[in-house]
This record gives sequence, structure tokens and C-alpha cells, in this order.
Amino acid sequence: MIVAQRKPFDEIKDMIKDYKKVLALGCGTCVAVCLAGGEKEVSVLVSELDMAAKLADTPIDVSGFTIERQCDREYLEALDDMVEKYDALLSLACGAGIQFLAERYPKIPVFPAVDTTFIGVNQDVGWYEERCRSCSSCVLGMTGGICPVTMCAKGLYNGPCGGTNNGACEIDADQPCAWYMIYERLSKQDRLDSIMKFTPATAWKNQVPRTVIQPGYTKKD
Amino acid sequence: MKSGSNLEKVLKAGHFAFTGELGPPRGTNAEEVREKAAFLKGNVDAVNITDNQTAVVRMSSWAASLILLQEGLEPNYQMVCRDRNRLAMQADILGAYTLGIRNMLCLSGDHQKFGDHPEALGVFDIDSMQLINMVKNMRDEAKFLGGADVEGPPEMFIGAAANPFAEPFEWRVHRLAKKISAGVDFIQTQCIYNMDRFRTWVKQANDMGLTEKVYILAGVTPMKSIGMARYMKAKVPGMDVPDEIIKRLQGAGKGKVAAEGIKIACEQIEEFKEMKGVAGVHLMAIEWEHKVPEIAEQAKVLPRPVMD
Ligand code: SF4
Repeated sequence: MIVAQRKPFDEIKDMIKDYKKVLALGCGTCVAVCLAGGEKEVSVLVSELDMAAKLADTPIDVSGFTIERQCDREYLEALDDMVEKYDALLSLACGAGIQFLAERYPKIPVFPAVDTTFIGVNQDVGWYEERCRSCSSCVLGMTGGICPVTMCAKGLYNGPCGGTNNGACEIDADQPCAWYMIYERLSKQDRLDSIMKFTPATAWKNQVPRTVIQPGYTKKD
Repeated sequence: MKSGSNLEKVLKAGHFAFTGELGPPRGTNAEEVREKAAFLKGNVDAVNITDNQTAVVRMSSWAASLILLQEGLEPNYQMVCRDRNRLAMQADILGAYTLGIRNMLCLSGDHQKFGDHPEALGVFDIDSMQLINMVKNMRDEAKFLGGADVEGPPEMFIGAAANPFAEPFEWRVHRLAKKISAGVDFIQTQCIYNMDRFRTWVKQANDMGLTEKVYILAGVTPMKSIGMARYMKAKVPGMDVPDEIIKRLQGAGKGKVAAEGIKIACEQIEEFKEMKGVAGVHLMAIEWEHKVPEIAEQAKVLPRPVMD
């Protein structure tokens, strides 16, 4: 899933300081699961903003609402009648959701209330770790299911580098060396052959905005 | 001859090679480079010029390499993958060759997190293995990485690093094999302190026939102090400093630690001269350049062969 973190309160407050009527919009999918931008987080943010407005005696009317997915037209539609009453929108969705929202309501300023952080896994409640950089050229088959692009600090395709330190990465003793793990896993699977070969330079596919049209579908105007 | 560099000639003729290292200044003082170079001149076959070493900004490696050429020394131009993409790298390789640089050392580079710009974007468009291969294809196939023809290929003698000590140890020799298949001509190893491990690694390389395909220069850095030895053991990633080394330095007595460090280094060099599969020594006496003449003398590697 996509993992995000709420922005610091002062940064959010500062972004909307010139607006009187603001709608905070949550998203019920990834950011809700990672406890950054779901219904609960929206209501917390709304109360915080309310409180701050009262204390500072600056009248600002903040409401909250959460839809299932901000990255999906079908769900955004529910907002069409609602948003016109507001002079700014504060989105707690991931960067994709925020942009889709802004695209749908181009006349209304949209501000991000979260920093979209990574595609990752849920290690435990409230604990997430990055696992994928969505590079568009998956090599997990070669590397025993451990991503060198994401998990190696230098994104090496022919690792490990000389800095690997008793299984840790040179950047941090607490960060496992991805290539050490790759070696260990492939060695246990008797598949070291897979990384003995030279891997040529990557043809990067993530340097322009990407579009996917699945087989059998077409791009509609 | 692949490049006709002095280093290549020395190695090809079967001499025991001896290379040095020089870190460019953190400013524009060319005099500093010249002063350090003066200590190395005549005492080494080529001098590695580091490329933003430890991810700290310095005078560019190719510029300092050119100063060395002016001084009559042969540079070994280091290039890391951290700071440039494939376009910039190939452009610099062409420029470096055009202006007389003939040796290159291809490295991944220390992570930017440790340097003076920890918030920089690490490029790593290609890795060190792919860099080796890119230079080889530019030289031997006259092809850029993108496939277009190179007019007047850069005839570089291609080097790379190897760390025989990092885990997993069993993998190290395979990594060397991989660098050879990518196209490397010579290897300079990480600083060696654990001789047992190094002997094992070289033996593996000999057994696999790798030392017939690549020249291996054993990395030597004399310990200046007990503090330095401790620091290297504890703090430098991928460094293997056995306790015996620290004990020996401690036993040297006041004011004699540095001399003992040099003595250890020279004993190592003596052993490397006899070790099958080792073609030379790479002496990394960074910020200790003025000691190089003394070390070279004591290690009995002088005079350096003069090639034509
Ligand atoms: S130590 Fe391992 S994970 Fe870290 S940069 Fe080197 S190869 Fe990558």
C-alpha cells in the first residue's frame, strides 16, 4: 500500500491561513490503513484546526469528510455538490489522490495535509516499511524477492558494494544490507547462479509520467 | 596494449607495480596538489586521484588528474557512480582521455549520507560493475552505452576496487569474477590488515584462474596511530583490522607507533611481492603523502621501472 505521514500542524495551518471555509478530505484506502488520512485522522485534524482558530480568534470554518478513494472518479463524484461551498480543500490522500482532486476542481485551491512517503508493508499497527519504488522493471525474480532498487541504499544491480558490514548496510548498522540478504536467500535456495551474471545498465522507465492501459482496454477521451 | 598507460606497461612487463593516492583539495589551491605530487613523483607508477572521496566535495578528480600530468606523474582517475548519470560520466571519460588521462578506477562511491551534503540526491544511474562495462565498450567496441558510435574511442586502462573482507566472504571472489567479465583490467583492493583472509581470497582467485585475467594490486595503508587503527576497526564500513595489529602498535612504545605502522606495512609488501596472484601494491597514504618516499624506500620498491 501507499504510506503517508501527516504534515506538521503548523505547516498545515500556514497553508490555509488565508481561507475562511475549508474542507478537509480523507481517503478511505491506503492512507486510512496506515493511519495518516482516513476518517479518524480527518476528525482529529478538524478539531485541531478548530481549536487553534478559536485560540487565535481567527474565524475559520473547517469541516471534514472522507470518501472511499480520492484516486478514483467514481468516488470523487460524491464531492461535486459539496466542494463549491468551500474556498479551499485540504486533502489527506496520497499525492495521486490530491492531484486527482485538484484536477477535478481546478478553481478551488487544494492543499496537501500529508507527505506521501512510500509503497510499503504493514509490519505492525503503526509501523510501516518501504519495499517498492515502482521502477516499472521488476527484478525480484533475479534477486530472491528482495528489491535492490528500494532496499539497497545505492540501488545497485550488481551488489553488494564494499561497504557491507557484517550483514548491515554501510549507511546504518541497523539497516540490513539488501545484497547480503539477497545472497543469503539465494544461497539457501541454491540459486546463486541468478546473481553471478552481470546485470547490464537499467533502461529506466520511470523518468516520464507513466500510463498503463491493460490489455483489452483503451484510453478514452 | 589496451591503453599504453605507464601502469599498464609496468604490469604487462611483469614488474611489481606500486601505486599511490592523492586526495584533491577542498578549494582551488593547485599548489596543494603539486606539493603532494612532489612526494609521490618517482616513487610510484601511477597515482589515484579520488573523486569526492567520502562524499565530501573536492576539486574534481579529472582536474586534479590534469595537474598531475603537468607535474609529470601518471594519474589514475577515479570515478564514482554517486554523483553523475551516464551522460555526464561518458562525457567526462571522453574529456579525460582527450586531455591525456589513461587509467580509470570505477567505483560505486560512499553513500552521500556520510559526506558534507547528506541531503543530496544520490544518482547511481549505473553501478560500478556497469561503469566498468560501459568504459570497456567505449574503448573496445567504440560504442556509447546508448549504442551510438564513439569517434576516437577512449583507450583507458580500466580499474576497479575489491573488498576481500566484506561479508559474505564466499561471495567476494565471485564478485571479482563478475568484475572481470564486465571488463576490468586491474583491481586495487581495500586496505589489507587481515593477511589470513587476504591469502585465502587470493588463493581462491588463483584457483579459479582469475589472477590470470586481471592484475591485482594489494591495498596497503600504514597505521599512523593506535587511534587510527581503532577507528578503522570500529567505524569504517568493510574494514577488517585484527586485534594483533592494534596490540603490535601498542607494544611499539611512545613516539614509535607510526614507525611500527610503516614497518607492518613494509612486511606486508614483502609478502605481497612473493604472493602468487598479486601483481603489485596500492599504497593509500592519504594525508601522509610526505611519508611515501620513506615507505617506498623501506619497502624496497625503488627505483620504479622507467617504461618507454
Ligand atoms: S552495503 Fe549493501 S545495501 Fe548498503 S549500499 Fe552497499 S550493497 Fe547496498
